[in-house]
Amino acid sequence: MTAKFTLNRRELLKTSAAGAALGLASASFPIGRAFAASATVGFIYVGPKDDYGYNQAHAEGAASLKGIEGLSIVEEENVPETVDVQKTMESMINLDGASLIFPTSFGYFDPHMLAMCTKFPDVQFRHCGGMWNKDKHPKNAGSYFGYIGVGQYLNGVVAGHTTKTKKLGFVAAKPIPQVLLNINSFLLGARSVDPTITCQVIFTGEWSLAVKEAEATNALVDQGVDVITCHVDSPKVVVETAAGRGAFVCGYHANQSPLAPEKYLTGAEWNWAKVYKMFVDDLVAGNPLPNFTRGGLADGFVKMSPLGPAVGEPARKQFDATLAEMMKGGFAVIKGPLNSNKGAVVATAGQAFLENAIELESMDYLVDGVVGSTA
Amino acid sequence: MDASGIGLWGVPLAILGGAIRVSTPFIFVSLGEAITERSGRINLGLEGTLVFGAMAAYAVAVITGSPWLGLVAAAFAGLCFGLFHGWICKFARVNDIAIGIALMQFGSGLAFFFGKPFIQPSAPDLPAIPLGAWSDIPQVQAALDVNVLFLIGAALAVFLWWAFRNTRAGLIVRVVGDSSDAARAMGLNPNTVRLIATGVGGALAGIGGAYLSLYYPGSWTERISSGQGLMAVALVIFARWNPLGCFAAALLFGGAGALGPALQSVGVTQGYYLFYAAPYILTLVIMIATSSPSRSLAGAPGELSITK
Repeated sequence: MTAKFTLNRRELLKTSAAGAALGLASASFPIGRAFAASATVGFIYVGPKDDYGYNQAHAEGAASLKGIEGLSIVEEENVPETVDVQKTMESMINLDGASLIFPTSFGYFDPHMLAMCTKFPDVQFRHCGGMWNKDKHPKNAGSYFGYIGVGQYLNGVVAGHTTKTKKLGFVAAKPIPQVLLNINSFLLGARSVDPTITCQVIFTGEWSLAVKEAEATNALVDQGVDVITCHVDSPKVVVETAAGRGAFVCGYHANQSPLAPEKYLTGAEWNWAKVYKMFVDDLVAGNPLPNFTRGGLADGFVKMSPLGPAVGEPARKQFDATLAEMMKGGFAVIKGPLNSNKGAVVATAGQAFLENAIELESMDYLVDGVVGSTA
Repeated sequence: MDASGIGLWGVPLAILGGAIRVSTPFIFVSLGEAITERSGRINLGLEGTLVFGAMAAYAVAVITGSPWLGLVAAAFAGLCFGLFHGWICKFARVNDIAIGIALMQFGSGLAFFFGKPFIQPSAPDLPAIPLGAWSDIPQVQAALDVNVLFLIGAALAVFLWWAFRNTRAGLIVRVVGDSSDAARAMGLNPNTVRLIATGVGGALAGIGGAYLSLYYPGSWTERISSGQGLMAVALVIFARWNPLGCFAAALLFGGAGALGPALQSVGVTQGYYLFYAAPYILTLVIMIATSSPSRSLAGAPGELSITK
């Protein structure tokens, strides 16, 4: 190496990081940059994009955009919720020319996405989750999310008809409001069939712990649970283990029926294709993008997996009727009189929280009939 | 209590079942590492070997339809990783711990790269032996479905324990591990012995990976291991480099890991984070109770870079 060609450490790191990012982007989309694209959209996933779960749901949404004229997509998976995601965003903006970025994981928002919002005021950022606040956060940021609790309610309806032991099981990651709402909705759906049904919940403590999820599923089946659902990043292990032990399963995040075709009842899935299409249409048309986007079944943000072969006629009927009612709007999963499993009143008689009620986003209780604790 | 559940009996049963189901990767990785460390080297890369073994086993099982070929592929891949580590470490002033960390990243990264197309398809599982067939309780039957690899692991632990004491090969590994000078004086080449020991250790770790992807939890995902390989390496120190100790420690970790979910399933729902920490607290307590400021760790090979 000659004296003229010396690299300092920082330069070297910068160049090699950029090179790596470029290599990655061009490897996945070899022709993406050859076209004079009018817009580039970036997607960032925290895990593998074919995990049968959370990341796959987002990646399917991103994949649905690929036919759109003049639009190119860049994706990066397995990006940790650390300063790494800032580097990914920066390279998507500087190297790929992304003008809209979707960092899809909860922990990307603060401080990583916010830092990038300040650094690149001309780029739009939309985060999946409920974190964006119009008083606190920049205007080129925003959030989008779906009310998937109603989907778990429908799971519960089918589970309530299918269970023989009257015991349902729920493998949950962490006791945060969205997870608690899903657990409560699952039980309340089942109780709309038979009010003696209980739901046993097991928290694994992490979003993705294959062995612990398998142990939790086994422990539930050992206790006589015969329908299981979950809220973890990748439901693959839960679905396969439960079906292997002979229990029925309801899916979550994406359609897991190929993993257990006989035992899969139905599932609550994200339909991000619809949401991403909305954003991209606005982007291509040059319209301002919405900052706060929410929707449920009726808005097409959430969908249900097709009912499996084990679903009986009464279950099918009630499922269809409930779904129709939800599509009309105004359906409340959490409605009084309702107590928590610690005996506290969470909704008085006549009180009902619609899916978009802001109170539900700070849920800290499990309803009566759920066996489990939030701490 | 209704007839379908087994109530509080679920807890001891889950611990037993968990010990059998979860411990196997720990057994293989820690036995492999015990051989490597007894020869005087540390291979921290076994986490990467475990993940790559899981991927290789799954991929080969998907392609050929035979889980046994998958197992062979995993062992072979592990052997290659081990030999690679052993070969690099023979050069002067190479730090085996640093190489191990590099290989950990390399193995995982390579597994993710080659494993992409195999996340979605299903592979055939390794067979289990229904040792619980005598019972008519389905929960007992499920807990006692013992995979052949668990039994092989148990037999291997006993064999290694015996072999370290009573065979020439065992003596050679121990001499090389305790003093390179003594080994050279005996006419042994420490590098060759360590190369073989690291290779065998890698092969065993690969088999542990095959168990993960082909039996329990039984699928290939990029998060399949969640650090089990690293834990197993630590288990070796915990077990004082004794193969029987490795087996017992692996069972302990497997059983303790099942405690949290099992307690929640019978309604003990408070403080589950504490139950999940149980194996680590237990490890700490035992390490503190058995350590002494006045001597080095009992049973530690003298050439090991952490004890030198």
